[in-house]
Amino acid sequence: MKRIKRVFVANRGEIALRIVNACEALGIETVVGTSDADRDGLAACRADRAVCIGPAPASESYLRDDLVVQAALGTGCDAIHPGYGFLAESPKLAARARDNGLVFIGPPPEVMELSGDKLRARDGAARAGVPVLPGQEIGPDHDAHEAADRIGYPLLVKAAGGGGGRGIKLARDRDELDDLLTLARSEAAAAFGDERVYLERFVSTARHVEVQVAADEHGSVVHLGERDCSVQRRYQKVVEEAPAPNLDPATRNALTAEAVAFATAIGYRNLGTVEFVVDADSGEHFFLEINCRIQVEHPVTEAVTGRDLVALQLHIADGEPLGFGQNEVVFDGHAIECRLNAEDVARGFVPSPGTLSLFAVPNHSHLRVDTHLCAGAVIPPYYDSLMAKLIAHAEGRDATIDVLLEALEDLDVEGVETNRALVISVLAHDDFRRGAITTDWLERAIV
Amino acid sequence: MPLSDEDIREILRIIDESDVTELRIQTDGFALHVVKGARTLDPALGPAPTEQSPAPATEPTPAAKPPARASDDGLATITAPMLGTFYRAEAPGKRPFVEVGQRVEPDTIVCIIEVMKMMNSVTAGVVGTVVQIFAANAELVEYGQPLFEVEPA
Repeated sequence: MKRIKRVFVANRGEIALRIVNACEALGIETVVGTSDADRDGLAACRADRAVCIGPAPASESYLRDDLVVQAALGTGCDAIHPGYGFLAESPKLAARARDNGLVFIGPPPEVMELSGDKLRARDGAARAGVPVLPGQEIGPDHDAHEAADRIGYPLLVKAAGGGGGRGIKLARDRDELDDLLTLARSEAAAAFGDERVYLERFVSTARHVEVQVAADEHGSVVHLGERDCSVQRRYQKVVEEAPAPNLDPATRNALTAEAVAFATAIGYRNLGTVEFVVDADSGEHFFLEINCRIQVEHPVTEAVTGRDLVALQLHIADGEPLGFGQNEVVFDGHAIECRLNAEDVARGFVPSPGTLSLFAVPNHSHLRVDTHLCAGAVIPPYYDSLMAKLIAHAEGRDATIDVLLEALEDLDVEGVETNRALVISVLAHDDFRRGAITTDWLERAIV
Repeated sequence: MPLSDEDIREILRIIDESDVTELRIQTDGFALHVVKGARTLDPALGPAPTEQSPAPATEPTPAAKPPARASDDGLATITAPMLGTFYRAEAPGKRPFVEVGQRVEPDTIVCIIEVMKMMNSVTAGVVGTVVQIFAANAELVEYGQPLFEVEPA
């Protein structure tokens, strides 16, 4: 590494540990910024140093870009890795880091601004020749009915400042649209500080397929294949896999080429994910959004490409060229990840924080487990409920499913409620085996 | 007995040349606690605090009420209400807000913590006498880090 000698990790949980491990392997020192609730976390223990940046609530610690930059400067770091969630896609943090001479491990703030504005991102995609869903921004004085009739019902009302499944409402007819619009605007203003909303066609038989892209600072952009994340509950992913099962090769080629074209057009840098919706009935595909962060589900891409994506982020941020061309990206086998969450499925998926009296993950071949937890660890009530990611990688899809099912059966966990049984019933389901999953499937068939 | 910077340097020199690893002196209006080579943080990590640190020039804003914790020995600890750079004085060359031996009231300003050019003044939150100052000027302090020890009145 030329510039990056010490990285400030502005995150918690499994991803903080993942970043610490990736840095360690590259000989980079790490400082983890924790909240008061995470002082004893595994990432803090494994890092070269940990500093407590604020109280337990994320709004007073993990979401404070001023504290993050101050802590990074005060501990002599030269770069900040934001992980995912929290400030990962905050142009403010990226700009503040840059203004203070720190390397932000992610795209430049201008690209994050564009990506965070879902309307601008849609326009950018359309200009780059990427198909977007029929849609239109609806200002307070616009005729929503005329636009809606053109798009057709049912349709989605989306917040321009939303994304990641947040700020989306479904309107089935004109009456519902009238009811939703005012509410959507005020909610968008409150949640995102941006009251702009737009209408977009709703694809009822939708698959969520996303493409991993990587762009260096010298103009090279490649893709690392796609992931299918159609097993979702309320837009939150539960199971992810690579490659996407039963995807028409022509569609796959179009998605990956368009993702690279779009990333190139907007001057993207570092790792990013271009999300598409694929209509399972018609085979059509449309751009959804671009995510400027390492994704939770990045390990499935790592498994099938054999590449360490967090290390790749660090190399790119350090100014190195990618070091490989598109034709050197080769895919091997099938990988599936499931998210083990501390939540009570029977009680409406409420989080189930607590102390793990028992937690032992199996050590199987073909299995990788990313977790920051062990027996005795406390899952605090302040943050998301992700406990562990189980990633299976095997020759074929069926064999991969079997590895994951066995791992879930062999997992020992006591002290909190988990979604293990739900994930098992997903993986064991005929529809999943056949690869016939759309984004509404989990709530329709399982929950 | 107010001590000058010169006096303190002289004391430290004498201690440095001696074999003692820890020294605690307490008389009326004067307390000194020196621990040699006992920094818990790896000195390789983080820049060394410099004497000529950037001047906290802007008017400080009051920080959230710092928690003054009582410990077993009856002493109260003033902890950092936020992460930031710890300053003992309003500006370089100015007199420190408090010294060991000084009496403080709950609203006595004891230090400034800077976060991205924002100066946050920290008050004692307790009545008593400062018996120990833990943090060094211009060093990064984390949330909840002990800054001062106060013997409650």
